Amino acid sequence: MHNLANPQRFEKLAIRLTPLLSIAAGVTALFGLYYALFNSPADYQQGESVRIMYVHVPAAWMALMCYSTMAIASGVGFIWKHPLADVTAKSTAPIGAAFTFLALVTGSIWGKPMWGTWWAWDARLTSVLILFFLYLGYIALWSAIDDKTRAAKVAAIACLVGFINIPIIKFSVDWWNSLHQPASVLRGGGPTIHQSMLTPLLLMGIAYGLTFAALLLISMRAELAERRIARLEQSARAPSKAMIL
Amino acid sequence: MTKREKRLLLVAAVVGVAAVAAALVLTALNSAVAYFYTPSDLQKLEKTPVGLIRLGGLVAPGSVKFAEGRETEVNFVIKDEFAETAVSYKGVLPDLFREGQGVIVQGKLENGRVLASEVLAKHDENYMPKEVADALKEQGRWKEGETP
Repeated sequence: MHNLANPQRFEKLAIRLTPLLSIAAGVTALFGLYYALFNSPADYQQGESVRIMYVHVPAAWMALMCYSTMAIASGVGFIWKHPLADVTAKSTAPIGAAFTFLALVTGSIWGKPMWGTWWAWDARLTSVLILFFLYLGYIALWSAIDDKTRAAKVAAIACLVGFINIPIIKFSVDWWNSLHQPASVLRGGGPTIHQSMLTPLLLMGIAYGLTFAALLLISMRAELAERRIARLEQSARAPSKAMIL
Repeated sequence: MTKREKRLLLVAAVVGVAAVAAALVLTALNSAVAYFYTPSDLQKLEKTPVGLIRLGGLVAPGSVKFAEGRETEVNFVIKDEFAETAVSYKGVLPDLFREGQGVIVQGKLENGRVLASEVLAKHDENYMPKEVADALKEQGRWKEGETP
């Protein structure tokens, strides 16, 4: 971990890892989609609509995972001032927001034929919508404060407060009567999904995870480059100062 | 105390306070967050609720009766382990609506009967191909609505 504290070393590693992760994500997604769309059975109740699950559920997993990543990075950045932690947290937010949006939209498309409604204000759906707004608020905080160190601090605190929503989302279906079904994979007593459906779901989960990793590295490098430009511009604007001193 | 320890303490305090606040709010909201009443919840209520309510439970087997020649007018009974409530509904039923299926209806309660304006089908956590479901049922190892 300490080797990565140096942004230059991190960049070297990221340049090498990004194509590898992207290719792995693409290949896994190809296999996952083949299984999900062609090589898995229709559900005994939902029929073919079950295939929406293979894009919806991993998106929802990633929505939670991105926020957890953000919260851990925010904590590390705030307490230990790790130079890459703030960059990690900031770069994760738009990716997490995109996954959350995807989960909300695909869930809605599944909900219309299955439940009979596009949207319901039940605990799971509402708490995920709040998660989406938390992402947007976090992104807005970063762009509202010009000073990067201050922005990082404020955004980190906001992110950590919002982290309380993550267990609420996870357990909302167990704590309250909700329209959304309870957990099928990550539950005590093992998955309640037949193996023929679990395989494509897990493949898609891995593909989503790899996609997140690749996107995160790209977006972190962009953020580091932006900071370097800002530094160079600053020193270009005040070149004489160094000379006078 | 070093600066770093102070920051650690601050983060722990912020997260702790947020957790306690959320726990208090959620406990206070408990019944309001629930998306629906069950038939036994409805029986336990002291006053009949006014306005729209949501009722959830299983569609009692054998209780679904369509109005003659019409697929969009239906009467059925929602039950849970301890109680039953009758429901009337005019409109299109969702794909998953069947006897034995978990549903949630929204409507007005009149004389112990819910006049529903909306019927939502609840899905459970079980996903399996039709052949597996049929085989399990045949062997008597599983009934719909149970966890296999």
